[in-house]
Amino acid sequence: MEQVTVLGSWPSPYAYRVLWALELKGVEYEYVEEDLLNKSDMLLKYNPILKKIPVLIHAGKPIVESPVIIEYIEETWPQNPLLPQDPYEKAMARFWTKFCDDKGLAFTLFFIGVGEEQQKAAKEVREALKTIEEKALGEKKFLGGDEIGMADLAWGVLATSLGVIEQIVGMTIFDAESFPRLHRWAQNFREHPVISKNLPELEKLLVNYTRKREMYLDTKIA
Amino acid sequence: MGDVKLLGTWPSPFSYRVIWALKLKGIPYEYIEQDLLNKSPLLLQSNPVHKKIPVLIHGGKPIAESIIILQYIEEKWPQNPLLPSDPHEKAVARFWVKFADEKSLSIWKVFRFSGEEQEKGLKESLEMLEIIEEHAPGLGQKKFFGGDKIGMVDLALGLVAHWMGAIEEVTGVQIMEAGKFPRLEAWMKNFKEDPVIKENLPELKDMLAALKRRREIHLASK
Repeated sequence: MEQVTVLGSWPSPYAYRVLWALELKGVEYEYVEEDLLNKSDMLLKYNPILKKIPVLIHAGKPIVESPVIIEYIEETWPQNPLLPQDPYEKAMARFWTKFCDDKGLAFTLFFIGVGEEQQKAAKEVREALKTIEEKALGEKKFLGGDEIGMADLAWGVLATSLGVIEQIVGMTIFDAESFPRLHRWAQNFREHPVISKNLPELEKLLVNYTRKREMYLDTKIA
Repeated sequence: MGDVKLLGTWPSPFSYRVIWALKLKGIPYEYIEQDLLNKSPLLLQSNPVHKKIPVLIHGGKPIAESIIILQYIEEKWPQNPLLPSDPHEKAVARFWVKFADEKSLSIWKVFRFSGEEQEKGLKESLEMLEIIEEHAPGLGQKKFFGGDKIGMVDLALGLVAHWMGAIEEVTGVQIMEAGKFPRLEAWMKNFKEDPVIKENLPELKDMLAALKRRREIHLASK
């Protein structure tokens, strides 16, 4: 098999999506940690336009942007599919994945925002969680059905970093009482045999995100 | 297989993306014009999450988000393909579709706002055009982004080919200086002269009138 390399930056949720996809499909890869404050020649070479991670390099050819990478992984290694076969169901999986990506700004403002801006973002995130719980998840085990799918990988942030962020900002928005099914989903996600071996350590996340929030707040005041 | 409905509004470029895809593939459909100031029960039912157009309804099942609709159409009706078959080339095309979809919204900012917000939109629009002019593969060598035939990247960028000029005229803001983007200009001409596209473009004078009215409302609402 041709060499597969992932350029990522811990603990980027976008990088995690790609790693989970490869792990779920049993694809061997080399992971290269990037310092985003000091971007490597490799990163600049393989993603000259956006200069961002994650980047997947397969047989020397780069693919960038996590949703594009996931589609490529799905087509290249069809085992343990992350997308349904039916085109309509596939469209729905893509819809819920995009819905998560569209909420990226709201999640960010919940994390690094202050005052009214943060309150507004918190409200938006909560409404998104409600939509996911009621319309996307329903009574299923995963968004992908019985098995983890593309949309689960995107919403995986709920199972990994959201709790840490809530702790740091001192505000709970993803509570079990309001979101019982989504909480169960998060637990199933974390306990999945492949995902459980590829979860970011919560203590490390706490340190990393605390520092990040301080950095953002400092630059705002400066 | 029949029964394809498209909920759209004139002259939305996002509606037109879907119209072009259906026409290029020779798929019969029923177009239902939507009034976004007075949303129909059908629209609210078909896109309860975003309540936006376009929505494709096939066999009674709704799909929302124009790019997701294009991917559905591509998979359901594979004739006259809009994406390359080679997985890496497909990934490159998907990257440019995503880039075009996200960045061309900056052109709307020029239309929607004035002052600082408009300036920001102009700056972002120029950055987008520069990146496409410099980096888009095939541009300048082939007729279209898709090669000799129109592909999904061309459809995603349709806004630049036809709507940008109208926005420039209505706002009095020049986004694309003549001669500065020769490869893009050549593509714009090729795109608009394609027989299918040519027959499915909103009439310029009607569009200018509608955009002028809309801009007045936007500016007044400040």
